[in-house]
Amino acid sequence: MSGSGGTPYAPHTDSETAAMLSAIGVDDEEALFDIPDAVAFDGEFGIEPRSEREIRAECSRIFARNDDLAEFLGRGHYGHYVPSVVDHLADRAEFLTSYTQYQPEVSQGFLQALFEYQSMLVELTGLPVANCSMYDAATALGEAATLADRVRSTSGDVVLVPDHLREGKRAVLENYCAGADLTVESYPMTDGNVDVDALADRAGDDVVMVYAENPTVRGCIEERLGAIGDLAADADALFTLGSDPVSLSVLEEPASVGADVVVGEAGALGLPTAYGMGLGLFACSDDFLRQVPGRLVGAAEDAAGDRAFTLTLQTREQHIRKERATSNICTNQAWVALRAAIHAATLGPDGLVDLANDCVREAAALADRIDEVKGAAAPVHDRHHVREFAVRVDQPAAAIAADLEAEGFAVHTIGEHLLQVCVTDLNAGRTDGLVAAFEEVI
Amino acid sequence: MIHDQADYAREGEDVHEPLLSEKDETTVDVREGSPLPDDLTREELTLPAPSEPEIARHYTRLSQMNWAIDSGPYPLGSCTMKYNPKFTEDVAADPNAAIHPDRSARAAQGNLELQYRLQEYLGEIGGMDAVTLQPPAGAAGEFTGIAVAKAYHEHHGNDRSEVVIPASAHGTNFATAAMAGYDVVELPSGDDGRVDVEALEAAVGDDTAALMLTNPNTVGLFERDITEIADIVHDAGGLLYYDGANLNALLGRGRPGDMGFDVMHYNVHKTFATPHGGGGPGAGPVGVVDELAEFLPSPRVREREDGSGYEPFDPDETIGKVHGFGGNWLVLVKTYAYIARLGDEGLADAAAKAVLNANYLAEQIDLDVPYGPFHHEFAATAGERDAADVAKRMLDFGVHPPTTKWPEMVPEAMLTEPTEIEGRSSLDDLAEAFNLAYADSDEALDAAPNRTAAARIDQVSAARDPKLSWQALDGE
Repeated sequence: MSGSGGTPYAPHTDSETAAMLSAIGVDDEEALFDIPDAVAFDGEFGIEPRSEREIRAECSRIFARNDDLAEFLGRGHYGHYVPSVVDHLADRAEFLTSYTQYQPEVSQGFLQALFEYQSMLVELTGLPVANCSMYDAATALGEAATLADRVRSTSGDVVLVPDHLREGKRAVLENYCAGADLTVESYPMTDGNVDVDALADRAGDDVVMVYAENPTVRGCIEERLGAIGDLAADADALFTLGSDPVSLSVLEEPASVGADVVVGEAGALGLPTAYGMGLGLFACSDDFLRQVPGRLVGAAEDAAGDRAFTLTLQTREQHIRKERATSNICTNQAWVALRAAIHAATLGPDGLVDLANDCVREAAALADRIDEVKGAAAPVHDRHHVREFAVRVDQPAAAIAADLEAEGFAVHTIGEHLLQVCVTDLNAGRTDGLVAAFEEVI
Repeated sequence: MIHDQADYAREGEDVHEPLLSEKDETTVDVREGSPLPDDLTREELTLPAPSEPEIARHYTRLSQMNWAIDSGPYPLGSCTMKYNPKFTEDVAADPNAAIHPDRSARAAQGNLELQYRLQEYLGEIGGMDAVTLQPPAGAAGEFTGIAVAKAYHEHHGNDRSEVVIPASAHGTNFATAAMAGYDVVELPSGDDGRVDVEALEAAVGDDTAALMLTNPNTVGLFERDITEIADIVHDAGGLLYYDGANLNALLGRGRPGDMGFDVMHYNVHKTFATPHGGGGPGAGPVGVVDELAEFLPSPRVREREDGSGYEPFDPDETIGKVHGFGGNWLVLVKTYAYIARLGDEGLADAAAKAVLNANYLAEQIDLDVPYGPFHHEFAATAGERDAADVAKRMLDFGVHPPTTKWPEMVPEAMLTEPTEIEGRSSLDDLAEAFNLAYADSDEALDAAPNRTAAARIDQVSAARDPKLSWQALDGE
């Protein structure tokens, strides 16, 4: 091991280091650095090294400063119970400590897992191409917009998004659009769904992409997706639909309503609540095969004539195409995709459909109960919901949310008199407490 | 010890492990018993429904057909594959940290504190005044940094259209500049492998928004003229961007902020040993000098003025967001734990051992290394041999080969970065694999690899007729 103060993760003994220096022909490690004095750093970071035990205790202490709350929070980041088998298999070091599969012959395992992940998304979306991940739903949406810009020959530069959209997601989209000289505009919603007539009035030659979500950020299921797909097609605009793999297990298949691209948060499977970390779902029509951003795994044949897997169509990517690449993405969320695939396998189609149906039933049941609380009305929108719904409160919403937090429950504030509540299998057992807290604070 | 994946092949079968869909496909009638009306639902869903024991065997078997840093040397140049300390996984798995990003700051003091501490650590290590943790990968960090530079120029009324990038730079640099709406000006390398200062002077001007530079560069050379380079770019009104891919070489000995860089990203899986997970997740925090801090993504985290805790805040002229939430949280926690484990001396020692290892390995191999003195990585040339073939043969000798055929300034390049985690005997094994493969017959190279789960894969026909799902295979 290194002497005291060295990295614990370098195996060199002092005598090995000396022998290696001698083989190179220098006296010490400093002689190997070619950094001019004028820019050399001889100060200190002031970072005291700690032992494993100390760091674990320190971080436990820090994290214990998070309040112990029952979270009824969603709006794009969803917690579902993740079975233990997901952790144990995904944490196998052969997966966790591997790199991108640049040598496919020695990386068949991860490639096959990613191929299976892509296949699962093909089934859920009905679209023939799914990449093996983007960072999250927001960046996947940004990539969809730049894809639209590349594949649509119209002179248009407008990306239409729903008025009900997570602010942060729109902010990310704006940054992707800025570089492509695209403009983001919102279209109105009516009672929680896309105002299809207003959207039809707006859609025209200047539009390159129409984006809608199912369910919406308020949990509403869209009822006229086919009409949205038709009007996007009439305007020669890409129709991009946002969703997640749990919802997609039961909702209308995106391909059947004319979606050209599906984006969303695939981390609804496989990831625990992780402070916003995600898994960007990206699937599309094979018309755009050579314009897809991100990595694709394909089946191939090896020299023995056996089936094998490899990263493919890499000429789209930055390490080959440089400034003409379809995206700058390199590192993605492959390990999270592996987790999502394992989670989906543990559920199977039955389990996925049951989970999604529970998200519908629990939301409806909880909305009914909150609706009975005097001073609260839920759901605000007369729609079917997945997981979450808006609540109208007579008193200022922020004050109610703060009072609920004091009672140990976290909900979203989305307007002056609007709250939003999200219920999944993780917090369904706490709904009695939430309803009681509503009664207490209103 | 040679890890022979070919041993796992099933005798007489043309697949090593069936696809899940080949083991089971179950179709469910979605509408039966659905709480939703039929017109809002799909009719059916068809997916595999394996049992848990089958799942455990399937993925265990797949894992056995996958090389990893825990399997053996993984010296991919510029990728910095180093050992991922196990305890960081346990730190990140703390259930108290598994909170929703939308809870109030008051109720998220623990996570905010860790974010604040990590911002401070990274600022010190890079010599930067302000740090955002939001970018979810290195390339996302580049995009963030260039967007910040663009916002800075626009704020000062400067309409600049170009980003200058050395020819030897990572592909992401070029793609990033294009994504941010800039024209790319490619700078040819000088004869010594470094930036050609005269060519740089000719390339920069009123249109230059930034120069993106990796230092040490992609063949491991320190840009000795960095002060002059910085002056040239700054005198033209441009900004200097530091690609943090090679920061591992500099830890404790040089800081981008002290070299005149204005904005940088950190690659945490490269420098701070977070696991790469077969392609990601990474994290690409961005550091900037004071003048650029007001443009960073929102929110950042600061101490409350009364010292009672931490709070998120929006920088005054923020570019907005680059990730839907706060980035790859679990990865950031592991970053913090790694930095805390090493401290000042450990980080400096990591750089020293990384540079020692690269130089020692280069001494032991029979291939020429045209450019030096190099630091943490070197670009050997396979000369008359095909670097990709040599690499395939190396797989048979129980190591992962280096990055091949890049950067292009070295013919038949084998860009090699052993990192600090290999000891002398492991480096000797790696050198032997290099030398055996390099000296092997053309026939042996053509036939390689033989000890992997798959034999040589035909990439060209895979791309000509892409099969991207099991559904596509079913159609055959």
